[in-house]
Amino acid sequence: MKLYEIVNSLSLEVKTPSLDLNKEVTGGYVSDLLSDVIGNSKKGNVWITLQTHQNIIAVATLRDMSGIILVNGRNPDVDTLLKAAEQGIPLMVSSLPAFELVGRLYSLGIRCQ
Amino acid sequence: MDNKVAEGVFFLTGKDFSNAGAASSNLKGVLEGMSVQPDIIRRAAIAAFEAEMNVIIYAVAGMMHYYITPETIRIVVKDMGSGIPDIGLAMTEGYSTAPDYIREMGFGSGMGLPNIKKNTDRLDLDSVVGGGTTLEFIIYLNKDSKGAKNETL
Amino acid sequence: MTLDEIKNTLNAAVLSKREDMNLNIVRAYCADLMSDVLAFSITNSLLITHLTNAQVIRTAEIADVKTIVFVQSKRPDIETIALADTKNIPLLVTDLSMYEACGKLYEKGLRS
Repeated sequence: MKLYEIVNSLSLEVKTPSLDLNKEVTGGYVSDLLSDVIGNSKKGNVWITLQTHQNIIAVATLRDMSGIILVNGRNPDVDTLLKAAEQGIPLMVSSLPAFELVGRLYSLGIRCQ
Repeated sequence: MDNKVAEGVFFLTGKDFSNAGAASSNLKGVLEGMSVQPDIIRRAAIAAFEAEMNVIIYAVAGMMHYYITPETIRIVVKDMGSGIPDIGLAMTEGYSTAPDYIREMGFGSGMGLPNIKKNTDRLDLDSVVGGGTTLEFIIYLNKDSKGAKNETL
Repeated sequence: MTLDEIKNTLNAAVLSKREDMNLNIVRAYCADLMSDVLAFSITNSLLITHLTNAQVIRTAEIADVKTIVFVQSKRPDIETIALADTKNIPLLVTDLSMYEACGKLYEKGLRS
């Protein structure tokens, strides 16, 4: 499934309008612990988190993730937005809690291999 | 609740993560013992817990005093820490100076003070850089108390 | 959903002694940031987390979280399990990732 399809299905707010959303999403990963994401996420995963700190962009870049979805309507820090655009990591926001958002992604067929 | 008053104090030690939260847990027990409404207990316990964690994370040591009357729960947390240079910034959701190891423990996400504010009816924060921080908050127990929020009591 | 159904859905092990497997859970919440649990979780809910330290148990107690599921085979130490026992908070551990655990429980009807 492509990232833009997820954005449309779940009405996500895109915070990085300059970036291409025509990326393949290989699976989902939900965690608020950066070390855990570095250790366990997979290439092309979309990452669901509460963390808004700019370090999330470095982690997503390192793991070659397809994008980051912030939950509970959390707004990214300015530094995070700048880094996201610079590194080409699409950043989206959902007003839903993580559990609910993951449930809906799961219903769309996105898994965590 | 019963027409009782209670007060007490807990001593908090910085970086003592194995006991972090124990004071707030005890306070919750005290409030339950006084038959305070569950949603009021939850608000007081959450605010106390966040304040306690702030001392554990950021200060060398501190004290948490509580004063309960039939009208109010008042909690004063005084610490020996480095103080807060910019209180406005510290009250901003998501702003945090916590090091990575604190974040990896599930804390320091910049939600502590906003959470305290959200759960209390009055909040005063007084901090001196290099001298420590005093945080005082009040939760009203009755609907008609001055300034009480529209909570179901 | 009962604790027993949750256990079966997640193929989880129960770590605590005093569990009531008929305990009914209707809401779930996943997070690794404890302030978020305090700010947004609903009372009498299930918390799904990667963290296994004692503060998670304290947070659950303060926020009136009924039960905790640890994901990715992460097990707390004996002291933490004992603390949860004294607070009457059943602990479950599953090999699943947090993502899969949330997805499977959502599929079975749990909501936030």
